[in-house]
Parts: sequence; structure tokens; C-alpha cells
Amino acid sequence: MLFTENILVALAGLKANIMRSLLTMLGIIIGIASVIAIMTVGNSITSIVNSTMQDLGANNLEMGVVQKSQDNKTSDSGANYGTGYVRDMTDQDLITQDMLDAFKAEFPDDIKYVLKYENVGEKGKVTEGSKSANVQVIGYNKDNFEFKDKKIIAGRGFLNRDFENAKKVCLVTDKLVERLYNGDNDAIIGKQIEANVGGSYYSYYVVGVYEYVQEQFSFGVSDNPTTELIIPYETARVANHNQNKGDYYFTLVTSVNTDNDEFATKVRDFFNINYYSRNDAYEVMVVSMTSMMNQMNTMIGAIQLALSAIAGISLVVGGIGVMNIMLVSITERTKEIGTRKALGATNGSIRLQFITESVVICLIGGIIGIIFGIVLGTVAVKLMGYEAAVSLSSIVIAVGFSMAIGIFFGYYPANKAAKLNPIDALRYE
Amino acid sequence: MEDNIMLDLRNIHKSFFIGTPNEFEVLHGLNFTVKKGEFVSIVGQSGSGKSTLMNIIGALDRPTAGEYTLDGIDIEKAKDHELSALRNKKIGFVFQTYNLIARTNALKNVELPMMYAGMGRAERTERAKMLLAEVDMTDRMHHNPDELSGGQKQRVAIARAMANDPAIILADEPTGALDSATGRMIMDIFHKLHEEQGKTIVLITHSPELSQETERIITLKDGNIIGESAGHWDRAAKEVE
Repeated sequence: MLFTENILVALAGLKANIMRSLLTMLGIIIGIASVIAIMTVGNSITSIVNSTMQDLGANNLEMGVVQKSQDNKTSDSGANYGTGYVRDMTDQDLITQDMLDAFKAEFPDDIKYVLKYENVGEKGKVTEGSKSANVQVIGYNKDNFEFKDKKIIAGRGFLNRDFENAKKVCLVTDKLVERLYNGDNDAIIGKQIEANVGGSYYSYYVVGVYEYVQEQFSFGVSDNPTTELIIPYETARVANHNQNKGDYYFTLVTSVNTDNDEFATKVRDFFNINYYSRNDAYEVMVVSMTSMMNQMNTMIGAIQLALSAIAGISLVVGGIGVMNIMLVSITERTKEIGTRKALGATNGSIRLQFITESVVICLIGGIIGIIFGIVLGTVAVKLMGYEAAVSLSSIVIAVGFSMAIGIFFGYYPANKAAKLNPIDALRYE
Repeated sequence: MEDNIMLDLRNIHKSFFIGTPNEFEVLHGLNFTVKKGEFVSIVGQSGSGKSTLMNIIGALDRPTAGEYTLDGIDIEKAKDHELSALRNKKIGFVFQTYNLIARTNALKNVELPMMYAGMGRAERTERAKMLLAEVDMTDRMHHNPDELSGGQKQRVAIARAMANDPAIILADEPTGALDSATGRMIMDIFHKLHEEQGKTIVLITHSPELSQETERIITLKDGNIIGESAGHWDRAAKEVE
């Protein structure tokens, strides 16, 4: 009862001094808006990163040949070559197919696929008449092709013999067909196309067209995106003159029941104990996607928190502004306080009245701030080309926080008002 | 103590400390009583201590020494929150400068003491309307103080003073800021409350003429009561007028 009256009195007071009220709220508005905007941007990026990583495969282990950690070693001359540098990687340091076969035989239940890539060129171009399309020429091994499970729209996918015989065949995207052949997917099947990668020309027979899916983690939408021109891994090895060499990088797709963090250790040990114990400079490192994802999330979270804390400083400044204006308001209304006391208001009800007023100021400021923050954050995320994810929890926290500021910074002035001596207050002019 | 005594002040002293060791005594041991239903005026020049006395009668301040009972309640022993309740229920203040709450319409102003008394919304609104009707302010009850004339404000203030049906109305120079015609109208309202409802009214004024309108005049000078006399209030004469 007294509560609603207090809110109405507070609102009437704010209305009477609209300009002053808005200026007072400004600090709160800016503070809450920045926190909400930062949270929105951060949450959006987190969810994009997570879904991208999920697409890449959360069940994946990334493994590769890396320099041995040389923490306890210094070269004879005492010179320090950075972190563990001993010598360049040679073919002898790579993981061979024999090693892989032994590895697969050791863990038949855990390994579903061993994904291999062989990149021929990232900045390739396929030209048809006056039109051209950007492509990345990349080799997929059989496992990779099966795992990626590209949706074939026309023609066929790769067959065993394409891999085994390193056939000069390729798969292109419907996007490329759309640009170069007016979207006629069937017409391109069986044609030979040529990709120009930095002046070297590679030609392949198109056996199929697959559906292009835009990667989530890319900025903006281009009408000429770089799409993958997929060739068999073995074909790409030939193109790069890498036949019969090992690889230094794989992605392992594990079975659903495998504990990746545990398995990562087993994989590392298998290779390092069996093959790399006598290698002077290189060893195998295994990282699970889950742990990478967690690291990434922790990092984004920390940045978000740091930025929010900086933005939060303006909340404190805003709170001090509110306290200041409450003190002014109480001085202005000294006589009103005296009158209320004469009419029977207790110290408690005076205190409650002014705390309510300060909470109302902060809450209104907070709500305006939330609206601004959501708009700001959404626009920022949209400008980067993603869907914004406004976090409900940040809004709830913002509302709670602005109320807390109102109570905290309103208490001192309100208490001062409550303790006014009624006769001094009545006599005040 | 007699049952029909409303105010009983015995040997009331009031001193102010203007920084130790200076002590300044304003009231030097006042003794007087006001009966229930009496209309009494306390008259004195400025500096006579009448404002200080009013603050003590109104339970806004405590005497330095002496005993004060209001409607049988010992003010000395009351705690702060009990004094708040006392002011709320037993005393109706009418000030020279009206002291209406700004940005709050007449109706809400009258409701205020009832709100502090914890009365329900519907009940207090109804009573506030009734009280405003008594002072002929029904048609302006939704106006804020800055939209009312001095006389109208003082009528609202009187309605507000009556809100919790107080034992005593304490009026401090109620006509001091009004022209004589409007002042007359306000005084008529006090007479009406006194006669028709039997209210105990204490009028504090510097004006000897105004004090003549009351039943009894207590004259204050330099913190002492220097005289008590009967006023010339004559109901019959008023009716003839």
C-alpha cells in the first residue's frame, strides 16, 4: 500500500524534472547498455564458435607432428633457438601409412575415420569464358569423403578406384555451377575443368556436383565465395609431388563411446613410444576438439568479463550520480519531509520513500539501458553477419544489478532524510 | 487528573544548546491546561517562545524539563516511533504556509495521514472525499497545490488535519498568509469544527484581534505566561452577525 504510493510519488517527482532525471539516469543507461551489448556480442560469438566446432566434429581428435618440447635442453653453444627448435621437419619425421595401419589395428573400436587432407591451392580460380569462380583445390581421402558426407546433387561421388588410382576427377559446388554454367548441374558432368592456382594449371573431370553450405564462421556473404573443389587425396598427393611420403597432420573421428580426453593420451603414447622415442626433434601431439572448445569458451568468457567489468565502472559512476541527485532532492524537499513527519510518517517510512525513489530511477535507467544494449549488441552482431543471441540471464542480472545500485546508493541519502529533525525540517526555507 | 483535560503542561522548560557551554533557555517553566472541546489561543510577539511551545504541544520536540500529557498520554516516556503515531492520530496540524505536499493532488494530500495510519485505500479515499466536501473543496480535489489559491490550500490543509479525527487541532498562524476575507473564511471553518464537532483547537498567533475570537487567551512573553483571559467569542453574537 505504502509501496505503490511511494512509487507513484517517485514517478511524479521524475516527471516534474524530466531533464534532470534523464541526466541522472545516463550513467546507469550507458553502463547497463554496454554490459548488455558486450554480453550479447560475446554470447553470439560463443554460440557461433561452438556450433562451428560442432560442425567440424566435437568427437574429433586433432593430431600432428610437432617439435619436441626442449625445456631442459640448450644447444652446445648455449644459444637458444626459441621454443625447442632443433631442425626443420624432414620426410623421416612424418607419420607413414604403415604407422597408421598399425595404429588402426591397435584401436579398432575407437577409430571410426582417419581424415586426411592434401591442399593443392587455397586461392584457385576456374574460368569459363569471361566468368570465373574462386576455388580451393583440396584432396580428401576416402575416410574424409565418407565422413563429410557431402550432398551430391548431380552425377556421383568418388568411388574406390578414384582414390586407389589417383584419378583426375573432381567434385564441384552448385555455387560454382551457378556462376559459370547458369546453374545447369547436369551439363557440367563429364566435362574437364581447369583450375588456375597461382599460375599452375590443374585439370580434372567433373564427376559430381555437391551442395554448397556457407561456413558459419565467415564474415559477410560474398557472391563469389571460395568453394572447395574436391579431388581424391591420392590425386592431390601426385599434384603436390608428395606420393609415398607420410603426413604430419590428421583428424581422428572417434566412436561415440570413446572418452576423447583419455583416448588422446593413448594415441599420443602409441605414436611417441613406438615411433618417436628416438626422434631427436619431433613427436606427436594430440588435442581433443572438446578441450579446444572449452579453452575457446573460457577465453571468450574471460574477455567478456573483463570488458563488462570496465563497462561496470560506468555503473558505479552512475550510482554516485544517483546518490548526488538524491541528496539534492532531499535538500529541496526538506520541508516536505518535515510535513510528512508532522503528519505521522515514521523514520522508516521516510527512508523507504527515498530508497524507493532511488530504486525507481535506477530501474528505469536500467530498463532503458537494456533496450539500448540489446539494440546495440544485435546491430553489432548483425553487422558481422551472424544471428544475435541475447542472453536472458544478462537481462535478469542487469535488472537486479540496477535495483541493487538504487538501494546501495539510495540508502545514505534516504537515511539522512529519515534522521532529519522534524522541527528543523519544518522550519527550513 | 480530571477526565476532561486534553493538554496538561507542568513546569515546562526548554533550552537550546548553541554550542557548549552556552545554554539558552526559551521557555521558563510554563503551566497550563486545555480542556476537551476548548478553543484556546496562545498569543505572543515573535521571540516570545510560542513556536517552541507549539513544537512541544505538537510532539515535534521534547521539553528539556517538565511534564506534558496529551489526552492522558505521557509524552516524556514516548519513544520516537510512538511520537510519530501520536502526531498521526492525536494531532491535526495546520500551518501558516499550508505545507501541502507538492505534485500531490488535494485528495492524496488529505489521504496521507490515513495512509501513514495504515488505513485501506478505498476507505481512506472515501473519507478524504467526505472531509474535502466539508471544507467545500470537492470540485478541486484532483488539483495539485500549485493550482490552488491560498485559501483553497488552507482548506485542504484543514481537511488533512481532520483526517484521523485527531484529539486536538494545532493551528500555527493559519490566516497569516491570507487576505482578511479569506482569513475570515478559514476562521469560520475552525469555529464550525469547534461548535459542531466539539473539536479541541489550539490557535497560535501573534495577533491579539484574532485571539479575541477564541474562548480563552494565553499570553506569552519572553518564555513566560504573563496572562490568561477569556476571549470575546460569543456564539450568539456570531449568529446575529
